[in-house]
Amino acid sequence: MNRQILAPELDGPDVGRGGAQASPGPVAARVRRPFRVDPWSLIWIGATLILVFLVVAPMLRLLISSFQSTETGAFTLENYVTAYASQRRLIGFGNSLLYGAAVVLVSIGLAVPLAWAVARTDMPGKGVVRATVLGAFITPSYLGAIGWILLAGPNAGWINRAWMALTGSSTGVFDVYSFAGLVLVTALYAFPYIFVFTADALDRVSSEMEEAAHILGMSPLRTIFKVTLPLVLPAILGGSIIVFLDTVALFGTPAVIALPARINIMTLQLWQFFEFPVRAEAAAAYAVPLVLITVAMLGLQRLILGRKGYVSLTGKSGGRQPMPLGRLKWAVLGLCLLVCSLAVFLPYAALAQAAFSRAWGQGFSFANLTLGNFGYLFNEASSRQIILNTFTYSAATACVAVVLALIVAYVVSRRLVLFGGVLATLCMAPLVVPGIVLAIGFYAVYSSPPLALYGTAAILVLGFTTRFLPIAFANCMAGLRALNPEMEEAVRILGGSRLLAVRRVVVPLLKKSLVGTWLLVFIPASRELSTAIFLVAAKTRVIAVMILDLSENGSFELLAALGFFLLGVTILIVLIGYRLVGRDFLLRKS
Amino acid sequence: MNPMALSVPRDEAAQPRLSLDRITCKFGPYVAVDNLDLDIMPGEFVSLLGPSGCGKTTTLRMIAGFIKPTAGTIAMDGVPISSAAATLPPERRQMSMIFQSYAVWPNMTIGENVAFGLKLRRLDRETIGRKVREVLETVHLAHLEDRYPAELSGGQQQRVALARAIVIRPRVLLLDEPLSNLDANLREEMRYEIRRLHDAFNFTTVYVTHDQSEAMVTSDRIAVMNRGRIEQIDAPYILYTRPRTRFVAGFIGRTNLLDGTCDGTEVRFDGFSLPQGAFENAGRHLDGSVQLSIRPQSIALRRVPPAEDDTLAIRCDLVERAFLGESWDYVVTPAGSGLRLRVAAVPSEVFEVGDAVWLVLDPQQMMVVV
Repeated sequence: MNRQILAPELDGPDVGRGGAQASPGPVAARVRRPFRVDPWSLIWIGATLILVFLVVAPMLRLLISSFQSTETGAFTLENYVTAYASQRRLIGFGNSLLYGAAVVLVSIGLAVPLAWAVARTDMPGKGVVRATVLGAFITPSYLGAIGWILLAGPNAGWINRAWMALTGSSTGVFDVYSFAGLVLVTALYAFPYIFVFTADALDRVSSEMEEAAHILGMSPLRTIFKVTLPLVLPAILGGSIIVFLDTVALFGTPAVIALPARINIMTLQLWQFFEFPVRAEAAAAYAVPLVLITVAMLGLQRLILGRKGYVSLTGKSGGRQPMPLGRLKWAVLGLCLLVCSLAVFLPYAALAQAAFSRAWGQGFSFANLTLGNFGYLFNEASSRQIILNTFTYSAATACVAVVLALIVAYVVSRRLVLFGGVLATLCMAPLVVPGIVLAIGFYAVYSSPPLALYGTAAILVLGFTTRFLPIAFANCMAGLRALNPEMEEAVRILGGSRLLAVRRVVVPLLKKSLVGTWLLVFIPASRELSTAIFLVAAKTRVIAVMILDLSENGSFELLAALGFFLLGVTILIVLIGYRLVGRDFLLRKS
Repeated sequence: MNPMALSVPRDEAAQPRLSLDRITCKFGPYVAVDNLDLDIMPGEFVSLLGPSGCGKTTTLRMIAGFIKPTAGTIAMDGVPISSAAATLPPERRQMSMIFQSYAVWPNMTIGENVAFGLKLRRLDRETIGRKVREVLETVHLAHLEDRYPAELSGGQQQRVALARAIVIRPRVLLLDEPLSNLDANLREEMRYEIRRLHDAFNFTTVYVTHDQSEAMVTSDRIAVMNRGRIEQIDAPYILYTRPRTRFVAGFIGRTNLLDGTCDGTEVRFDGFSLPQGAFENAGRHLDGSVQLSIRPQSIALRRVPPAEDDTLAIRCDLVERAFLGESWDYVVTPAGSGLRLRVAAVPSEVFEVGDAVWLVLDPQQMMVVV
């Protein structure tokens, strides 16, 4: 698409053609008339239309249908009454907020000590800790949750079985099917966000800040609480808000843990609106407050992170001296490894055992070992199709998102249109829409004519594109901001058009950043569950949906094999990304 | 000596290569360039010199076509290329530009960078190769043709930018603070390099800088800009010796600016007065309050009073001094005055703080400014 638009320009009129000599003559007389159609107008008009299609239409439809009567389409508040008049749903709403807050607290407790230990002390094994946090980061949280079902299911979970064997007790020590279990499991895969923000901020706090406190007689421990942590507080809060929003909008983990535990939360309620009889309008009404909360929280985050006065975070930092921990460093490492075990080592071990077992509950025996689960995945036509679907859709999503984001980011950053700010806002808008709500919006607009896309692969690709457009856009903007416009102006003053400048200079120079952006869209798209769950049809199922189905059936062996395959591909892609783009592309704070 | 002899002879009848006619550029309420007129003759090297925010870069970018003027017209060889209504895009102006950041494309080799403009002009491969080699030899980079910019030093990248700009033989060559990212020694060397290239190729050149010595080394004429207007445009020598405004006198070199009042026969300053006839007044009628610019170099210090009838000698106290290596920097205060005058003296003229000295002014080097 890009190429077709760009190609004709090379054959377009060029002033200097036929002679480079400066011959004073009438060549310059062709002053551009104001009404001439400029290829850029076509490009941005096209981009705007696509944004309307992807972002505006579903959101607007969601909002409008929340005020429409199911039968007549007339204006009504009835949907809000239906949605909120039930005590169950009100409790669900409250539970969601409680769930988000609890996960934030646990995540802070896990992330901040780890970030501090890794960023500012002489603890050994920092590399392992960082790599493991990255491992937690790329683990789909529903997969981690299933690992924890294998570990801490009330009777059959490994931890509980070990406990009962050791103590002779008749009940286990920890039931994952509980509110505490839900919170812990969610936090184990959410804390990397806070870790990244905090470690990044701690990396930039100059040691001179702490030394200034020491020289005035403050003890090292007090310095941490009085100087260092307050300096990174905005970063911690910023990460916390993201974790809160992610948790409130989370569908996968609640579906595998809260549903069996009969814990009522919002995203599950939304899902239930789509059980027969489908009440899409009531679902829309129930979702609107969730969007409003998100908008408010993101506004708050901008306010917090935008505050000035945290001097050490703005200017160039001075040197950093890691804090010597002495013998304590082994204790600190032990704590870090404990967190790593809970998030990665233990659940992965449980999943690995299941993936290679005929029946996971039968434990570790040679007779129980099999490769059959993996074999089944690749031999069964339906599962092969699902795997193929997943990666085709993700790749298509990444391509569409990167191209669209690059075009809009270019138009916005080079101020080619007056209302660039509006386009930028549209690209970032999906950020405030939880995936499940986005899917409801898509379902509402594109399930009926004129654009009956429901059941096609297109609706999944478009839904994913919308969902991850903010990631792509923010990355493209950052790349373009770092690119001096003079690079393009040099092309133009030498006689090249703007399109030539984009093709020959902007895209080649942003190559790395575009590859990184592509991966940053591809990876989450390959495991996206909450958007997919509403938009898949029999032939367009993806891995995430299959995992959820397998978990409902209790086919944990097959599920674990599939999960491992997904993780393997992800790790492979991350490694390729490191190779192509550099080590920081994934854990960059953006 | 007639200072006019140092300026470039100008054929007023010829058509200017570039003509800026009442050019204005506003960004919202802010007026960046204010009703500016400027004619540049073919082959002429003109600098736009001024402090940051004076509108010099905006003017250059309007000439290049990157910014559209809010009012006024820019014409090249008599053909309008920019006005508020229509603007020829930069790619059709046959100009070239050297940017502050060099803007050498890091994804192309030096050879590809230089050949870029030639390829757009559809020259055949051999001609392009020959021209690229020639121009790289001119800027002493022939041996680096296949390297990438990241492997070059800042000064070498600057030369690549120069080669890329001149190889297409532009009708107008634009330079936007091209030396500001170089270190001091290299900057000095490149000034002469730019002038040498101009002498060799005679491109019509517009050069934007805030560094007065850069402008003085390179330019035929310097336009000193302030607040979106040209305060004065003249050859470097005239600009220095005959500044017409207080701003120009202060911006080009160092100067002493004195406020005085004229009563018809003499001009009274704080603590002393001078006969009115003593001044170069550039044809201005002196009346009421007067501002005078006296360069520190044009003041001589004497230990003994000069001849009785010398009205341009003033009794002073020496209040501060600093030795700068190439000269002494003295500050003197005329007897009974609050004025502080800077005087530059050669290293052999040694005075002590507290000395009573006589200050002798050269009327030829005092300018009345507005």
